[in-house]
Amino acid sequence: MKQTLLSLSNLSKQFSGKTVLDGLDLEILDGEFITLLGPSGCGKTTLLRLMAGFEHPDKGSITLAGQDLTHTTPENRPLNTVFQHYALFPHMSVFDNVAYGLKMEKRPKGEIRQRVEDVLAMVQLQDFAQRKPHQLSGGQQQRVAIARAVVKRPRLLLLDEPLSALDFKLRRTMQVELKRLQRELGITFVFVTHDQEEALSMSDRVVVLKDGLVQQLGTPREVYERPANLFTARFVGETNFFPGTVDSVHDGSITVDVFGLKRTLRRPDFPVREGQKLHVLLRPEDIRVLDPADEHGVAGKIVERNYKGSTLDSVIHLTDGTEVLASEFFDEDDPAFDYRLGEPVKVSWVDGWEWLLPEEVAPEQSEEEFPADA
Amino acid sequence: MSRWLPRIYLTLVYILIYVPIVVLVVFSFNESRTGYSWGGLGLRWYESLFDNRAMVGAMWNSLWLALSAATVSTVIGALTALALHRYRFRGKKLLNGMLFVVMMSPEIVLAISLLALFLLVGLQLGYVSLLLAHVTFCLPFVVITVMARLSGFDESLPEAARDLGASDFTMTRTVLIPVIMPALLAGWLLGFTLSLDDVVVSTFVSGPGYEILPLRIYSMVRVGLKPEVNALGTLLLVFSLVMLMLSQWILIRSKR
Amino acid sequence: MHSVMQQPFKTAVLILVWGWLLFLVFVPNLLVVGASVMTRDPATFLSLPLNLDAYRQLFDPLYLEVFLHSLYMAAMTTLVCLLIGYPFAWALSKVGKQRQLVLIFLLIVPFWTNSLVRTYALKLILATNGLLNSALMSIGLIDEPLQLLYTEGAVIIGLVYLLLPFMILPLYSVFEDLRQELLLASHDLGAGRLSTFIHVIVPLTLPGVLAGVMLVLLPAMGLFFVPDILGGSRNLLVGNVIKNQFLDARNWPFGAAASIVLTVTMAFLMFAHRLSKRRLGEEGGS
Repeated sequence: MKQTLLSLSNLSKQFSGKTVLDGLDLEILDGEFITLLGPSGCGKTTLLRLMAGFEHPDKGSITLAGQDLTHTTPENRPLNTVFQHYALFPHMSVFDNVAYGLKMEKRPKGEIRQRVEDVLAMVQLQDFAQRKPHQLSGGQQQRVAIARAVVKRPRLLLLDEPLSALDFKLRRTMQVELKRLQRELGITFVFVTHDQEEALSMSDRVVVLKDGLVQQLGTPREVYERPANLFTARFVGETNFFPGTVDSVHDGSITVDVFGLKRTLRRPDFPVREGQKLHVLLRPEDIRVLDPADEHGVAGKIVERNYKGSTLDSVIHLTDGTEVLASEFFDEDDPAFDYRLGEPVKVSWVDGWEWLLPEEVAPEQSEEEFPADA
Repeated sequence: MSRWLPRIYLTLVYILIYVPIVVLVVFSFNESRTGYSWGGLGLRWYESLFDNRAMVGAMWNSLWLALSAATVSTVIGALTALALHRYRFRGKKLLNGMLFVVMMSPEIVLAISLLALFLLVGLQLGYVSLLLAHVTFCLPFVVITVMARLSGFDESLPEAARDLGASDFTMTRTVLIPVIMPALLAGWLLGFTLSLDDVVVSTFVSGPGYEILPLRIYSMVRVGLKPEVNALGTLLLVFSLVMLMLSQWILIRSKR
Repeated sequence: MHSVMQQPFKTAVLILVWGWLLFLVFVPNLLVVGASVMTRDPATFLSLPLNLDAYRQLFDPLYLEVFLHSLYMAAMTTLVCLLIGYPFAWALSKVGKQRQLVLIFLLIVPFWTNSLVRTYALKLILATNGLLNSALMSIGLIDEPLQLLYTEGAVIIGLVYLLLPFMILPLYSVFEDLRQELLLASHDLGAGRLSTFIHVIVPLTLPGVLAGVMLVLLPAMGLFFVPDILGGSRNLLVGNVIKNQFLDARNWPFGAAASIVLTVTMAFLMFAHRLSKRRLGEEGGS
């Protein structure tokens, strides 16, 4: 199994009395692509700056492969950063930017030249070595920033929302590019983003952060399909929350009352008792829209329909006013598959596709806190 | 330490900058006849200043010159800035470059070239030659000030005004002028101060018939100490402070 | 309709400003260039034939010494301004935004005050029986007053005092533009404080340094009233030479040639400044 490379323990940081990190623990494994995901102000950038050494923690320690880095200055840490706005030196050519870190290590000239050329070839910029940063496009500047950081062969590469300044298409290309580079170099990548789709598609593991605390740490699949709490469920992807009440508890299963329907569901990991309220989480693609005549399901009507190419996304209002998002794949047998607005339907889901969470003390989190999900 | 060192340094430099000014103001209220020793508090140098008819005359001459030079250069400078901002024309870069050169030129170079011109065309040295010279060196500063305001200004505003049915003239009057008003004011004040402060250019292009304040002060301070200058300097300081405060106040008000 | 209303306005403005610059800047400067190659004439100021005597006279040992001494004082002034101004601007850019505005205001208040009067105020302090000597004697540091006034040092102090804001303001503006991220990037790539200063901070603030040098060095050669008030007859600036030649000695060709030296210095500094900005891709470039 992979070994721990960087371990953060009990990290706390305050800025003028405001707690940004609150006793955070995290183990980063050697060679993994790990993403710090969270809304702005969740502490992800501060965490990155602590790892880079630009800030020092009020409490706690940072250890890299057994070596204590907590009070080491940035220039003495064997890890490098790709900055959000690239931070290329405007007065130096591409070559000099990339060579900067090696010059600081006082490497011989020949070795510097060779290594810079190699890394520029790797990011396909070998023909741009003599250009100045302002003569490059955004995507090219991005590559220089990456080349400049990886040429030092760091143990760990920190990437601070490196794709946020790029347009949508370029962003996609760079996502693939970054994954390729990470595989080729075998360097551990710590990637910061607020874009959950980016986080899910690129990472080996995702750390969901909020208010300076780790909400969940897991593979993209775990985070998406089995969110640890309501925050993660809301922040990562779109989710329908159905209120449920435990009717009876059995050995491996429980019976839950949802909108008057009694469904027998797999028993969750957390303790349950009869009469307890809980949330039944369903992703839009878990929802099944049934004929109004169907005996299963909850009655409602279609209030919105959006053609998305491969899926048909619809919004259904249940009789009690609850809004349900559904996303259905087109059926090859029925290309004309569609809904009328106002059409009565019934809503259900496939057994076992639901995810149960206990009701939290203060479950209501205003949606405005999160950036609109892309 | 790294927090306090810069602060201590800044404070030290500010003290050095303000010590001479404070000394000047304090000594302007000195009753002593000699310049250095302290002879008690009093207004004698202010009295002797206002009793000096030639001095008061030079003061009025300077004020009038500064007023007219600032006004003329603001009008020409603002129009030039608008033209540079709004129109494309040949030689635009050259015009920009020339204004920059005028601004950077040592005053003395400008001074002797103007003197040569005025003697060549036979212009009597006096108010007119002073005005032409002062407007010339104030002009680039006004243009820069107004341009800076225009470049930070939303291009779609004039277009929106035109779109809503305003003619070019109406748009200029109702949108452009109000937007650049603070810059016009700042440019005018800058011109006024530059003119009132100028010694170098005025030394060359003024004539005996039109004495202005800086030249009068110059002839007074070249030899020895003249305590009246303390009083005059204090008055000028208060005057420019009031002007500066006024302009800041107007600027702050216009931003609301 | 649009263009009909615009064109006369545009034409009028352009004629006005071009006319002004042509007759009050371009032609006069041509006259100076012309004067510099003519012959001195006590009666009519200038006469033919054309020659380069005035330029030759610049290298006359007597004048050469004056020029070199002036250049030395101007260079010292610039250096002192830079040494005071660079850390000053740096420190200023680190202060909180609100306080920065107040400090900038305090910096330019003296600039709005008459420069002659401020030079005179220095005289009050530096004179033989002035404040500085009195203070030093009263605390027993010296027994006899020092000769501070009418020295090279006094001229340099006067020039620094008048010109310091012109060094600080362009430096402040480059430090304001200096992105903190670039300094972090430098540290991140293994550079310590000194390396970062040499390889990143200095090159990035160079346009401000050159702008400041330009704004200080040129006036420091021309402000003739400073030596007149503080320096006595031995510490002259190029400005004093030009003024004497034009107003007293009536040797116009020589005065004109001396002023051309200033213009050439200015052209050289402007070129260096443009070059430094282009290197950063701030102007022109493709």
